Parts: sequence; C-alpha cells; structure tokens
Amino acid sequence: ALAGLAGRGRAEGEGALTPNSWEEITSYNNYYEFGTDKEDPKAYAGALTIKPWTVTIDGMVDRPGDYALEDILSKMTIEERIYRFRCVEAWSMVVPWNGFELADLLELAGVQSGARYVAFETLYRPEEMRGTAYPVLDWPYVEGLRLDEAMNPLTLLATGIYGKDIPNQNGAPLRLVVPWKYGFKSIKSIVRVTLTDKEPPTSWNKANPREYGFYSNVNPEVDHPRWSQATERPIGGGFFAKRQPTLMFNGYEEEVAALYDGMDLSKNF
Amino acid sequence: MIDWINSASRRLPPWLFYMVAPLPVAWFLYLGFTGGLGVEPIRALEHKLGELGLQILLLVLAITPLRRYAGLNLLRFRRALGLLAFFYITLHLLVWLALDVQILAQIWADIVKRPYITVGMLGFALMIPLALTSNNLSVRRLGKRWRKLHMLTYPAVLLGALHFVLLAKGFQIEPLLYLGAAVLLLALRLKKRSFGRLGTAGRARG
Repeated sequence: ALAGLAGRGRAEGEGALTPNSWEEITSYNNYYEFGTDKEDPKAYAGALTIKPWTVTIDGMVDRPGDYALEDILSKMTIEERIYRFRCVEAWSMVVPWNGFELADLLELAGVQSGARYVAFETLYRPEEMRGTAYPVLDWPYVEGLRLDEAMNPLTLLATGIYGKDIPNQNGAPLRLVVPWKYGFKSIKSIVRVTLTDKEPPTSWNKANPREYGFYSNVNPEVDHPRWSQATERPIGGGFFAKRQPTLMFNGYEEEVAALYDGMDLSKNF
Repeated sequence: MIDWINSASRRLPPWLFYMVAPLPVAWFLYLGFTGGLGVEPIRALEHKLGELGLQILLLVLAITPLRRYAGLNLLRFRRALGLLAFFYITLHLLVWLALDVQILAQIWADIVKRPYITVGMLGFALMIPLALTSNNLSVRRLGKRWRKLHMLTYPAVLLGALHFVLLAKGFQIEPLLYLGAAVLLLALRLKKRSFGRLGTAGRARG
C-alpha cells in the first residue's frame, strides 16, 4: 500500500532537502534495547520478531483494543515524508520516511473529549533485545506527546524508509516520527498507544529530568547541560564534515511554533 | 610463566613502543577514510583515541601492583607507556578541537561550562608536566621531587575515567568499569602505605 511515493510532505522548503543514504540511515542508530553503541542496533536488531505485530490502543478512546498492524495498515494511505532528523546528541540526518499521520490512527480509535495527552510504549522482549539486560534506562521505553502535538499533520507513524519496509534497527514495524523534536521522542517499535488526561512519564525524563524535558523540542538556544545545541554535524560528511547551525524547531517553526505560544521554552525544554 | 615474561621483556627494548605507537592512529585514519569507522568517523576516531589513552593509563597504574602481587616486572616499559598514553590523549584532544567542535568561540565555552570537558581538560593538563619531565635529565635534576611530581598520574587517571563516566547517556556499565579499575588500582597503593613496608619489592623507580 505505497501510495503517493512522490507525495509532498508539508514542511516548507522540503524539496531542498537531500536525504542521507540508506546505508547511513540504517547503520548509525540509537536503539538502546539492542546496545548503546551506534553500530549495535544494526548488528543485533535482527533478532527481533516483528510478525505478527499488535498495537494496543487504550485509555480515553471510543474503540479500545488490540489492533493487528495489518488491519491498521489496510485503512491507511502510506505517503512519503522527507524530514530532517536531529538527535539530542547534536548530529543530524535527512530521512525519507514512509508512513501515515498519527492523527489518522487516533481517529480510527476515536479520541474522547477529555483526553489531553498520548502515551506510547516500545516493545519489551528481553529474549530478543540483548541491551535490556542492562539497566541503561527503565524498560520498557515510554514516550508521550500533548494531544495537539500528536494531531499535528507533521506527526507521522513510519512503516518504511526509501519505499522499503523499515529495518528493525530503525524501529520496525511501526515508529513515531516527530520531526521538530529531538530524535528520542520518536519512539520505536510501538506496542501501546494510550490516551490520557495527564502528562505521561517519558523514559529520558525519568532517567535524567535535568537534561531531558517532556517537550524536547529542537531549540538551538536551549543547550543540553552537557553540550551545546546551537550546531549539529550532518551525518555523511566523513572526517571533514562541517557543523551547521541548528534551526529552531528543527526547521519546522512555521508549522509548529503556534503550539507553544506563551510558553517559556527554556523552562518547558 | 611469569619468569618467562620477565626474561622475555628484558629483551624487548622500550623504544619499540615509540615505533609502534603511531600504527593504531594510521590504522584508524585508514578505516575512517574507507568507511571502516562507520558513517560518523569523527566521533568514532575521537572515542577510539580517548579509550586507548585511558586503557594505557590504567596499564601504567597496574605496573606497580603487578610487580608487587604477581612478581611481574614491566617497570622498564612504564615511561614509554606513559608517553604513549599522553600521545593518544593529545590526539584525542586535537580531534575534538579541530574536527568535532570546530568553532573556536565554542571550545572555550565548553571547557568552562561543561563538567565532563572541564574534568577531561584538567586531567590532560596534569599530564603535561609529566610528559615534559619524562626524560632522564629531569629525573636526575628533580631527584626526590620527581617522584612526588609524578604522583600527578593518580589524579590524572581518575579524572580521565570520570570524564568517560560523565559523558555517558543513561546508566552505562562500561565507563563505570574503567572508573572502578582506576579506583581499585589506586586503592592497592593506599594499602601499601597503611600496612607499612612488608617487603622490599614495593620500592619502585622509573
């Protein structure tokens, strides 16, 4: 169901973005369930079984339940979105994702009027995820968005890259992509989506609240306590890759800045 | 076995280390230019050099306990190993300055503002006088003060290991193992002090 491969994403100036290579996108990953080195996910995520895959949608929805991934996909139109991807570690890529809008999934489940947040959970299957033998984070990995962030048309659930199935190391079979936030918000291998009226806990915030906030919007003016966020190094430039300035909201300011009107972004980091 | 290593090591001239030292660097550069360091070679090179420097520093700290508790005598390599560690850590720093941060104004800001960089820089700074006084002339001139000065190795290694711990994201075991090894190797020295000089093997120079 790969419709609209050439379909335009909604980000301004997207046509100017040159995607990284398949090799770059799939061999330099943070997926701590498979190890903390960048090469670990590619080396070890092959152990992950992704068929069958079920996503539990629960909480404040009209139609809670266990949804088989193929049933979800049969109702979705897959389109291509070429997005900037900015890691909190100050490197970046451009990724041609394939996927559908999170809003469409939420519509499928029917969001109730009191819901204000969406919580996500990654699969936790120790026998297939060697990295979870270590308490690097409090497993399973969890993330969350405010409902208006979740409903924003930029927010994507990705199932592919370059028109191919998304590789395990990139979060197969279903991952979130929130292009104006640091990469760790884009939770991988999602097994649960919960609508709630309270701000849900998020893994990196639990691990180190001083360094990682709930919002984690890309912001060159708010540094990580241990490194500057003003610039980033694009992956793929070899030994002489030049740093480039990081853009406010990772270049998606026009689309999302209004979500944060009146908020102090240095406090709500 | 130990005797065999001891006698074999007597035939191994320390200058061999200086010949071998640049080889890993050349190897890393070759890997980096041919894709062997992955798609982000700058960070990989920086980490490999820092890790190698720290590993050699731990080896330097292990020489005295190895001699005292295992009878393994590698003393004659200590200077060469110390200089080797200094060489790799200097390159680690240069890669950070020239390839990684790139922006002069940001370098100083990072040094004063970011604890892991402050700690790493301090550790490096402590190694500079050690490298400068590693020659025979300095050993003779400084006499007893030379031994005292070279105790700076202890805080330098601790700071190096701490630097590694401070830059890890999440709870990671590997940097803690390095810090644990450094603390253990230093604790073995404390023990000698508090229990007095039981044997003659403890007195080491070099």
